[in-house]
Amino acid sequence: MKLTALVPQRSLWDTVLPNLVMLGSAIAAFLGIIFLLFVLAERSPNKIQNILKYVVFLAPAAVLLLIGLIYPAIRTLIYSFMNDDSSKFIGFENYVWAFTIPEIRIVLRNTLIWTILVPILATGIGLIIAYMTDRMKRAAVIKSLIFMPMAISFVGAGIIWRFVYAYEANVKRPEIGLLSSIWRAMEWEPRNWLLEAPLNTLLLIVVMVWIQTGFAMVVLSAAMKNIPDEITEAALLDGTSNWRRFTKITIPMIRATIVVVLTTITIGTLKVFDIVRTMTGGNFKTNVIANEMYSQSFRQMNYGTGSALAIILFIAIIPIIIYNVRQLRLERTER
Amino acid sequence: MSIFRRRAMGLGVIVTASLLVLAGCSSESDSAGGGAENCEAYAEYAGNEGTTVEIYTTIISPEADLFVESMQEFMDCTGINVNWNGSQEFEAQISVRVEGGTAPDLAIFPQPGLLAKFAGNGLVPAPAKVADSVDANYTADWKNYGTGPDGVFYAAPLGANVKSFVWYSPKTFADNGWSIPTTWAELLALSDEVAAGGDIQPWCAGFGSGDATGWVGTDWMEDLMLRFSDAATYDAWVSHDIAFNDPKVQTVIDEAAKILKNPKYVGDVASIATTTFQEGGAGIVDGTCAMHRQASFIGGILAADYGATIVNPEDTDVEGGITTFYFPGVSADQTPALGGGEFVAAFSDRPEVQAVQHYLTTPDWNNKKAALGGWFSANLGLDTANVADPVNKVAVEILQNATTFRFDASDLMPAAVGAGSFWKEMTAWVAENKSSKAVLDAIEASWPKN
Repeated sequence: MKLTALVPQRSLWDTVLPNLVMLGSAIAAFLGIIFLLFVLAERSPNKIQNILKYVVFLAPAAVLLLIGLIYPAIRTLIYSFMNDDSSKFIGFENYVWAFTIPEIRIVLRNTLIWTILVPILATGIGLIIAYMTDRMKRAAVIKSLIFMPMAISFVGAGIIWRFVYAYEANVKRPEIGLLSSIWRAMEWEPRNWLLEAPLNTLLLIVVMVWIQTGFAMVVLSAAMKNIPDEITEAALLDGTSNWRRFTKITIPMIRATIVVVLTTITIGTLKVFDIVRTMTGGNFKTNVIANEMYSQSFRQMNYGTGSALAIILFIAIIPIIIYNVRQLRLERTER
Repeated sequence: MSIFRRRAMGLGVIVTASLLVLAGCSSESDSAGGGAENCEAYAEYAGNEGTTVEIYTTIISPEADLFVESMQEFMDCTGINVNWNGSQEFEAQISVRVEGGTAPDLAIFPQPGLLAKFAGNGLVPAPAKVADSVDANYTADWKNYGTGPDGVFYAAPLGANVKSFVWYSPKTFADNGWSIPTTWAELLALSDEVAAGGDIQPWCAGFGSGDATGWVGTDWMEDLMLRFSDAATYDAWVSHDIAFNDPKVQTVIDEAAKILKNPKYVGDVASIATTTFQEGGAGIVDGTCAMHRQASFIGGILAADYGATIVNPEDTDVEGGITTFYFPGVSADQTPALGGGEFVAAFSDRPEVQAVQHYLTTPDWNNKKAALGGWFSANLGLDTANVADPVNKVAVEILQNATTFRFDASDLMPAAVGAGSFWKEMTAWVAENKSSKAVLDAIEASWPKN
């Protein structure tokens, strides 16, 4: 006892130093390999040099993609055909499960509502604000205010909005919900906002729109800046109304950008899970695929069903990604 | 894996080293101040001078410091050096260490499920001395939780926690002339009385807990299962030897509905689901509701966030003072307890390891440890005079009077139920007014088939 008590406590450096040495040797080894590669490349004949060029520059990215994307994707696919602890194959059982549990209809319905409403509302509102603030003085102030929610994480936004929607049933206790307080001030009877389906899903969608509108606005506003002034001026000379200028010039000119914004938000929305998880935990008929996927995998420790849901989500996103890529290509060829 | 392991062990070394330094200091001051220590009590552990016993555990500083302090006299007198190795990675690392041949001498298991994994697989059966001491100082239920699936007794109980509490404000009760109910019928009668008064809501409840919303409901079910059925049925319910929609479970959920789904008692039933469990108890602090069923930990939350003071039941004049009474059984002499605890199991049969395992089961050590505060155990020799906290005092009384003791059922069920459908369906039960039968049928349907 006394002997061990005399052993001095390890200082900070004792802990940090071995790590620093490890880091240093790793960097040295990396530089050494690169150096060796360059030496080899220089000394090899022209033909091999050409091939080596591709290998040297593409290999790191390819390896990272393999480890970080392709390998997990294949594993997820394999897991989706296996049981809960991935110890034996059970065929399509997880997929049969996914499409037969009673809750799945609500999950699919909600995911559909999300993917239709969020992109349209966020892009629509973003477009209107972008058009209104285009050529406006001090537009930067308004734009930064609207863009600000983009800087808040989904979980943070979920917590903020949960307070907005808070509801106190006992009239003797203080009301902390903003929306309920407004309702009471108007002498309307507030409801338990997060509890009543399908209202609660719409209220969660408001949060997502609140976050995404800023993104849509900034991208669309940049696209509007690219519309040549001559066209707008010609239209003005012709005496077009504001509305006609918006529908006949602005929208057609930035059509490709609108599509990209729409599809980007759609993909983001299909993956939404943080908002639902923080605000209702997927209860009260607000569940969406991504949240259920997480619950199955990491709460109920069933990697089979969780992976099956991941694959279903992945397949649902593919068409939108293909469309998105096509649009990007079209836009490129147009220029 | 190896990186994690190295890091965890490195951490362990640092923690242990600092603890030893700390321990060294305190022992020096002891001997400087008090002179020779009374070592006669430790005669039966003699003959192990200069040995070291490692205890691997999830319990880290600052709690760990109190453990070391409580064993200081034992260490000084027996010459056994206890090396307290606390790591939050315990649950993942214990398998690695056992498989890697570097098993600790003693491990403190935070739940019986993990202990069962190592029964017949590295664990050394508890020696007769430990078994005898556990027989003498703990109820049979505790010994059973320390027994592996192979029927061999391995692990001695350590600390405990209790869930079967009803929180209330002694001041509110005294002001209104209410008395503490001792049976389920009295509890309902009191609820009626409170409701008839009209000013105060009899019950407050909150199921909300983010992605774990609904667990509070499972605790209600478990407590009532121990009351309206017997322990054997409870075990059969956990192991799915009876169906989840068995009539016996139906009885239990119907009893729970008498409080939780009664608008006269809880106000708006649906909003229980959107009230967080922390907020759920706030009503008893500001006097808007009379009773709240929750485990001991809620006291700390109510004290920190809602200005409550934890008081003794006699302190009827403290504004915002809260305390607990036992969640009553069907009759006054039926007193089951729901809770949890830790278990100390050995991976080595060296005499000094057995001595430490034995010492931790003695009333002597349990009283020493409890006297340091913030801790209690189910040891029958634990004197409540040594437990300062009013709530822990009630907890010790509940444990010592318990006719049966059971662990939280949802923790022991498969995760698809215990961390899935059970939570979700209890939430739907209040939020969507789903019928008791539909709830039980849905949970039964979700029970894993294989």
